[in-house]
Amino acid sequence: MNIIVLVKSVPDPAVKVTVKNNQIVEDGLAWEPNPYDENSTEEAIRLKEKFGGKVTLITLGPKRAEETLKKQLALGADEGILVSDPAFDGSDELAVARILAAAIEKQGPYDLIFAGLTGVDWNQGVVGPAVAEALAIPHVAYVVGVEVNGQTARVTTEVDGGREIQEVDLPAVLTSMQNLNVPRYASLKNIMAVKRKQIPVWGAADLGIDPGQVGPNTVQTQLKSLVPPPERAAGRIIPGAPDEAVKELVRALQEEAKVI
Amino acid sequence: MANGVLVIADLRGSTPKRVTFETIGAARSVAQALGGPVQVALVGGPGVAAAAGPLGETGVDEIIVAESPDLAQYSAESYTDAIQQLTDANSPAVVLLSATPHGRDVAPRVAARLGIAYAADVTRIDVLDGQVVVTRPVYSGNAIASVALDSQPSIVTVRPGAYPVAPRQAGTSAGKQTTFSVNIEYAPGAKVVEFQEVKSERPDLSEASVVVSGGRGMGSAENFAMIEELADLLGAAVGASRAVVDAGWRPWGEQVGQTGKTVNPNLYIACGISGAIQHLVGMRTSKYIVAINKDPEAPIFKVADYGIVGDVFTVLPLLTEEVKKVKSQ
Ligand SMILES: Cc1cc2nc3c(=O)[nH]c(=O)nc-3n(C[C@H](O)[C@H](O)[C@H](O)COP(=O)(O)OP(=O)(O)OC[C@H]3O[C@@H](n4cnc5c(N)ncnc54)[C@H](O)[C@@H]3O)c2cc1C
Ligand SMILES: Nc1ncnc2c1ncn2[C@@H]1O[C@H](COP(=O)(O)O)[C@@H](O)[C@H]1O
Repeated sequence: MNIIVLVKSVPDPAVKVTVKNNQIVEDGLAWEPNPYDENSTEEAIRLKEKFGGKVTLITLGPKRAEETLKKQLALGADEGILVSDPAFDGSDELAVARILAAAIEKQGPYDLIFAGLTGVDWNQGVVGPAVAEALAIPHVAYVVGVEVNGQTARVTTEVDGGREIQEVDLPAVLTSMQNLNVPRYASLKNIMAVKRKQIPVWGAADLGIDPGQVGPNTVQTQLKSLVPPPERAAGRIIPGAPDEAVKELVRALQEEAKVI
Repeated sequence: MANGVLVIADLRGSTPKRVTFETIGAARSVAQALGGPVQVALVGGPGVAAAAGPLGETGVDEIIVAESPDLAQYSAESYTDAIQQLTDANSPAVVLLSATPHGRDVAPRVAARLGIAYAADVTRIDVLDGQVVVTRPVYSGNAIASVALDSQPSIVTVRPGAYPVAPRQAGTSAGKQTTFSVNIEYAPGAKVVEFQEVKSERPDLSEASVVVSGGRGMGSAENFAMIEELADLLGAAVGASRAVVDAGWRPWGEQVGQTGKTVNPNLYIACGISGAIQHLVGMRTSKYIVAINKDPEAPIFKVADYGIVGDVFTVLPLLTEEVKKVKSQ
């Protein structure tokens, strides 16, 4: 199987992002793969281990995205491609999806494409389905289980009130959730091997993309403001012995908060 | 000229989900500011028209029944076809869906098909100088973005719990009810073949007005019986931290936080949860937060309205007893 994983580089999800002047403060920020992309990479490697084939990671971003890509490669993926061009800067997500779709077509035949459910940066969750639309193939979002049988797959998704099973013709795009699997750690051997790996960089010309069709002029939204969330007013610690404190808590919930 | 708001109802069979009434509430405020009608489309298989009864009680201007055997099973591709055709035929200024798994599955594909502005999981929609401006928590809730949508139509998914449900009046029906025939030319490559319902006596986590949540401090899967007892007493949903889900003590569906569910209850009781940023982003908009933790320095106390510093195995049974007492009065 030829499996593609789309990897987005996002601010380290373990660190609290701060905002200033309608922008996030990027100084000292570490960039990591979007957490769902780790689940995607893990699932792709497991499928390769079972069926043979190749796992190719693709990321679109600035040069620094190469580091993120290498971190994921070290889990045991075969190839990484950095899609990067100043002309791509400022593209909206639909343009990003079209560029990624062009890169997927250029790299050759494919059976399955994984994307993350949503970016923990901008929480849009648009690129996976939009890549599928650009390639005119099916997609399934919210994926927690994948079973491949030849040219089809049985895919389990998490929905309100339970799970759904979808029958899917391949190739298709699947978007991964956190509980799809538990990603492995990179082995030291892989980490060392990846360091020396040459990552090809594909730009607009390589992909046959007209720079006028991507970049800032594709954007149909305007950011009006980006501010910190409202702080919650500090509450109070109810002092006293446990039984006293509990009595006071229940009184407060009934009489002050009126929630029980 | 584009005008009005088209809501795509989120249904389970022919039963509208609660979030659909919330999304209609959002649609009404947008339509009032922009002008034009609120239209609600029922997309689904034969029998879906039955949803017109309860949805009509909100008094929306029009219910459009887009019923087809081809839409009996959910498929992102077929539903994209249907929503695209409904949008082309009605020229709304805004298309609204609920930010549920199906809503967030299909809306981005519709946006890509039509090449229009898309905003996911919004908590508020305003109209400023005739322009649609959405509010969205981003960076895991560490920032709030206000974003203007320049295209007409634009497409938006509304976060569950963000809007109150549109009021309903028995005996009221929609201004009119029409039918729309959807043309699905190709069999979809992916479609739902089975639904495995998780039956629960408890309310759905994202809709519950009270949530009792446990973290690693609960010590074991068995000890969650204490959480369940209090939850049942309060008619609450059970929640969990990721540490608990990763340990296999509770199912993923109960995880609250960045990579789990976002909850918005009147009361959130956190037991043995430290309050990591990724947990807080899933529950910080709760109206009241109670924390029980033995560590007075635990970050959860910084967001809690009421905190008790103590051992959860002492405090929780006392709390359950006290609630029983006041409930029986
Ligand atoms: C990308 C990413 C995504 C994540 N997504 C989520 C998410 O969606 N949801 C989520 O919850 N986490 C998420 N996390 C994990 C998060 O960072 C924390 O690790 C997790 O929330 C910790 O869970 P906890 O509070 O139960 O455990 P701990 O942090 O171990 O806290 C246990 C608490 O219990 C208290 N305690 C222990 N024993 C007792 C006792 N007997 N009585 C009273 N108190 C006691 C301790 O004082 C402590 O404060 C994510 C992390 C990453 C990196
Ligand atoms: N610039 C990018 N390069 C590669 N993949 C991306 C990029 N942006 C988004 N994706 C993919 O789409 C998923 C969801 O991101 P988003 O649609 O931006 O919320 C990510 O987890 C990636 O799999």
